[in-house]
Amino acid sequence: MTALLRVEGISKSFRGLKAVSNGSFELSRGTINALIGPNGAGKTTIFNMIAGVFAPDSGALFFKDRPIHGLRPDEICSAGIGRTFQIVKPFAGLTVLENVMVGAFLREKTAAGSRATSLRIIEKLRLKAEQPASTLTLPDRKRLEVARALATRPELLLLDEVMAGLRPTETDEMVEVFRELNRSEGTTILLIEHVMRAVMALAGHVGVLHHGEVIARGTPQEIVRDPKVLECYLGEETEV
Amino acid sequence: MTRTAALLLALLASLAALPAFAGPYGLSVAILILYFAYAGQAWNVMMGFAGQLSLGHALYVGVAGYVAGGLFFHYEVPPIVGLPAAVIACTLFGLVIGFLAFRFRISGVYFALLTIAFAEFTRIGFDHLAWTGGPGGMFLKVAQRNTWDLANFRGPPAMYYYAILAMCSLAFVACFFLLRSKAGFYWQAIRENEDAAQALGINVFRWKMAAVAASSAMTSFAGVFFAFYYNNLFPEQIFNISRSIEIILAPVIGGVGTLFGPILGAVVLTGLSEGITESLAALGWEIPGVKQVFYGLVLLGVVMFLPNGIWPFLSRKFKL
Ligand SMILES: Nc1ncnc2c1ncn2[C@@H]1O[C@H](COP(=O)(O)OP(=O)(O)OP(=O)(O)O)[C@@H](O)[C@H]1O
Ligand SMILES: [Mg+2]
Repeated sequence: MTALLRVEGISKSFRGLKAVSNGSFELSRGTINALIGPNGAGKTTIFNMIAGVFAPDSGALFFKDRPIHGLRPDEICSAGIGRTFQIVKPFAGLTVLENVMVGAFLREKTAAGSRATSLRIIEKLRLKAEQPASTLTLPDRKRLEVARALATRPELLLLDEVMAGLRPTETDEMVEVFRELNRSEGTTILLIEHVMRAVMALAGHVGVLHHGEVIARGTPQEIVRDPKVLECYLGEETEV
Repeated sequence: MTRTAALLLALLASLAALPAFAGPYGLSVAILILYFAYAGQAWNVMMGFAGQLSLGHALYVGVAGYVAGGLFFHYEVPPIVGLPAAVIACTLFGLVIGFLAFRFRISGVYFALLTIAFAEFTRIGFDHLAWTGGPGGMFLKVAQRNTWDLANFRGPPAMYYYAILAMCSLAFVACFFLLRSKAGFYWQAIRENEDAAQALGINVFRWKMAAVAASSAMTSFAGVFFAFYYNNLFPEQIFNISRSIEIILAPVIGGVGTLFGPILGAVVLTGLSEGITESLAALGWEIPGVKQVFYGLVLLGVVMFLPNGIWPFLSRKFKL
């Protein structure tokens, strides 16, 4: 089976600081994958390169065997890659429903269609459709990020720390949402997560990033026993 | 919502009946109010919906006025033909400004400055054009004041009143549907957060261009109306920045981004200021500048107490 997303040796520096160096990995269709690593490891930078926020300095990205490096974020989204922002970016002047409808309009031609799709997603994520986005709590803002991205009906969903700040029961609910999505729609997922509870429950494959380099990969069980991983997390707070 | 619809119908009915009992002065004030409501609605598409601040909308009023007015003046082309020409010319102007700004990622205050600059360049340009009459102005022949001649846009004040009332109503309906369409959602998303909008598949450049095109095309109708209502055009006046500011006052006072804001703002500003001037005159007090002071006070009050404008406050209070 060919990979849905192929990342080949991508690097990115910010004014001399190497945020990501020579990162490579592949995501198979229909899998759930996690990217973990300490703060500043370069995880979000990898997302931003996949999502087209900026092009890699070197290396290449292929989605369904089509090169996507150099495309704009909206082109990447249209191609079928949805993303959430770690630092949430709600449309504060709009309601939850209106926020999600913006995403749904990518595939829905009419307002009625977009509305129907959005209401289904909003219910799944236990948000209130008519609530102004500006009054949402942080966990709900994260849910809104997810709802909006889902509304674009992505084949690959990039989730940047969407469980941060959720209570354990809420985390489990969110995990269930992604499992169900993966099962019913076959959506491929790549999540960045510090909450190991979620990573262990969801991911079949985990990559560990440290100082911009992939230092380990494997199943969650292999990863938590890897001495290199334990070393880079030493002194870091992790919730297992 | 049904309550709002009922209120709107009642308003429209009373506005339609107005010429029957308003005197010439009352009618001229009503025309002025509707003119600013219309121009404000057009500006609101760009700023209120899509978040692109234009401080140069006088440009579109002026270009449209001169195109339709000039065609009529020089070649006796009726405004019914001049209007489409004016719409095309204004849309092109808007698209050029939009292209320069959005291609080079000029936004916010710098975008606003660019719109001012364009209006100023155009003013200077028109001052030096022989075709427009230069600084001496262009005067359209005033004729046929008693019969309605819509093709030539010549007739009694009531005709201009009904024309601008129709323009306002159509603009309101158009904006109502725009806001609920994909375009409205995309524009508001761009206004709220461009990065998030782009991540949801929105081609930000294209949709901003669409907003500028829609707004400038709508504004050109106001320009043609202006030319044939006042019958004289001077670059110094029509392109003046104070004209651009005048256009944005109504929506700012009434509520940027709302459908009723421009209308309400125009009523409050023009209606009340004319009313005050008249009442003072009736008392024998002619105070120069009283209108400007009134504008200043209203603006100050709104900024301090209702920073989102009057309409959002009213609609919350009366659940409209
Ligand atoms: N737009 C940017 N401009 C300059 N430096 C940046 C930018 N984005 C990221 N960096 C830097 O690149 C490095 C990697 O950042 P990144 O956000 O990818 O880390 P991360 O793994 O997502 O961390 P966290 O777990 O805290 O979210 C950091 O040193 C960061 O300061
Ligand atoms: Mg990050």
